[in-house]
Amino acid sequence: MSKIIFKKKLSNDVYLMRLHAPLIAEERAAGQFIILQINDDYGERIPLTIADADTKEGSITIIFQIVGKTTLELSEKKVGDEIPALVGPLGQPTHIENFGTVVCVGGGIGVAPLHPIAQALKNAGNRVITIIGARNKELIILEDEMKSIADEFILCTDDGSYGRKGLVTEPLKEICERDPKPNMVIAIGPPIMMKFCSLTTKPYEVFTQVSLNTIMVDGTGMCGGCRVNVGNEVKFVCVDGPEFDGHKVDFDNMMSRLNSYKELEREAHSCFLEQEIKNKEALQ
Amino acid sequence: MSHITPEQLSEDAKKLIVDYLSRIDELKTKDRMKIPAQEMPAQDPGIRSHNLEEVALGYTVEQARIEAMRCLQCVKKSCVDDCPVQIDIPRFIDHLAHNQMDEAVGVIKEASLLPAICGRVCPQETQCQLNCTVGKALKDVDKSVAIGRLERFVADWERATGKIAIPEIKPETGKKVAVVGSGPAGLVVAADCRREGHQVTIFEAFHKLGGVLRYGIPEFRLPNDIIDKEIEVLKAMGVEFKTNFVVGRTRKLTDLMDKDGYNAIFVGTGAGLPMFMGIEGENLVGVFSANEYLTRANLMRAFEKGKADTPIYISKKVAVLGGGNVAMDSARMAMRLGAEKVYVVYRRTEVEMPARKEEVAHAKEEGIEFLFLQNAKRIIGNDKGRVKEMECVRYELGEPDASGRRRPVLIPDSEFILDVDTVIVAIGNGSNPLISQTTPQLNVNKWGNIIVDETQKTSVNRIFAGGDIVLGAATVILAMGEGRRAAAAINKMLAEEIEGEKEN
Repeated sequence: MSKIIFKKKLSNDVYLMRLHAPLIAEERAAGQFIILQINDDYGERIPLTIADADTKEGSITIIFQIVGKTTLELSEKKVGDEIPALVGPLGQPTHIENFGTVVCVGGGIGVAPLHPIAQALKNAGNRVITIIGARNKELIILEDEMKSIADEFILCTDDGSYGRKGLVTEPLKEICERDPKPNMVIAIGPPIMMKFCSLTTKPYEVFTQVSLNTIMVDGTGMCGGCRVNVGNEVKFVCVDGPEFDGHKVDFDNMMSRLNSYKELEREAHSCFLEQEIKNKEALQ
Repeated sequence: MSHITPEQLSEDAKKLIVDYLSRIDELKTKDRMKIPAQEMPAQDPGIRSHNLEEVALGYTVEQARIEAMRCLQCVKKSCVDDCPVQIDIPRFIDHLAHNQMDEAVGVIKEASLLPAICGRVCPQETQCQLNCTVGKALKDVDKSVAIGRLERFVADWERATGKIAIPEIKPETGKKVAVVGSGPAGLVVAADCRREGHQVTIFEAFHKLGGVLRYGIPEFRLPNDIIDKEIEVLKAMGVEFKTNFVVGRTRKLTDLMDKDGYNAIFVGTGAGLPMFMGIEGENLVGVFSANEYLTRANLMRAFEKGKADTPIYISKKVAVLGGGNVAMDSARMAMRLGAEKVYVVYRRTEVEMPARKEEVAHAKEEGIEFLFLQNAKRIIGNDKGRVKEMECVRYELGEPDASGRRRPVLIPDSEFILDVDTVIVAIGNGSNPLISQTTPQLNVNKWGNIIVDETQKTSVNRIFAGGDIVLGAATVILAMGEGRRAAAAINKMLAEEIEGEKEN
């Protein structure tokens, strides 16, 4: 059981929540995630990155976007409600040291997991260049937080409604062309964005770390549902990752695996929405 | 394969019992040998292959008592020696034959707190029933006294009467024992240590208890409410359970001692690391480890469509790779989830299959097709990255190897295509590396199994281990046997400590 201490809407479909989880707050490091269930009989287990933690309050922060039934139900929970199952911290922590200049690229909701990593890199003495991007102004999150830790800050939107118009790969390419080129790139966001960030940096041979968001069930290495091809090896994202060398990840296979249950999910989502509408009508 | 209806079996038993009960105490060995072995009543195969209800229905009271009378009460008692937890089998069976049910329960509970589970999932034909004198005399292990079914009958009777006896707990010692993992090994350790008066906490990574009993073995073989009931006994004894707690991540193993004050730890985290074939196409959409498939279906209840949020892949034609119990469970589950055709693809022949004979027979009755001496070579996908078909190869039996088993030898140019849309890989499990990765001082062998001495003690002081994390993927009852040994060692260690504290 884990109580919701704080809830805030960050943008249209994006929410931030602080959950009471003292043990997880104490143990977690940047790059790690949790798995939660909003019903421990029939609910599904979904992975979410730990965006922040407060050991004094004994809380962790999650940021999530409504993409289906479970995230919609989660967004409807109120402060004081309990999350019946919360497990973590899971995955390997991000390796943090002073690399020199690091470019942190975040796409959409991917800025949430990027933030604690960028923060830790900054604290370790790195020069941090931050690029954050989204489809439009509405979907930009954590702008101030990212700006405050960045030595150089670039914001872009696909439609030009805010900041620079265009994809994050454009400023990323420009930075790679600088002399000296950056020591490392960390890209977190939708798979397609991480794929193209990796393709962008490859010719410049700038090591690019991505954080993969595959389908997971247990999150402890016992099922292999989250497996990906990295180089010529099969890796489990939940225990070997979630971070890998973007130049070695088979993104196309990963993206097709992410679509394994697309139709079933759409069905669950629409059934659930219909029921919600009915419930609301019944109440009126 | 013939399927005898439960009604018929019950009728036959009722007729027999009239005759035998009248002379129960005069039965000679010769008479007992003539008593027909009792078949286990089961759900009709055509119906059960579409539901999740338990397949084996359990003996009727008449059947149980007749079967119990087949036991010769021999002096050899090889059944007891072959039982990993050494239940006094002839004694409980004799009580059962005389309808002294409370006494029968008592005898079993001296050695095992989980009889409803063991009676269902133990491979008795390779353990207690293997060297049964009756089976030996009749030259057929299947004709041995059905010890597992009788154990199950006694346990089910106890549950049905609703008065499950809570074992006696010795006075509190103030010592704390942490048990990591709530699978069969951990449950046994918890019970045995709690009985000695120690405070026991079980840490479980999942949101539900039972380990493989819950996520692995399907409800049609082991209903969840039976696991719940057996665990309730532990709760009533005062064992504390912490779910959603990944030792190694939520808390380091050694921190349980250093920060939380536990005096001893038992690691029973199992062998939950799925192995894959390493063949082309294994990451296509539609290829699953048996662990994932069964976890979705059992633990996450994906078979309850409309209720469960966890989806399960919609399959028409399924190939299951492997020949163990996990392969049988996966194949039979796939059938129940609506597959039209399910193949079990196994590299050797039926004789070498490690699965329980009974489960293989049940699978066959339910329409699962077995492809022996065949194996997957590669999995072929469509343009969307989903499984379209599987290329297989054939084998023949060659010369016996060092172990005496005839080795399968690849037949050159024997490739053929199997039309499937789903592949479930059930070729075994390695040990989960989470604990050893986060506790580097714990010695493990090259397979990642924790190394223990004859008392189940690891290389780290006060830390013991047992079950699949030590043995590699084995059986429920072997895990329980290891748990029993570990608990004895923990209890001995703590008793000596308490003694020492008194002296000072």
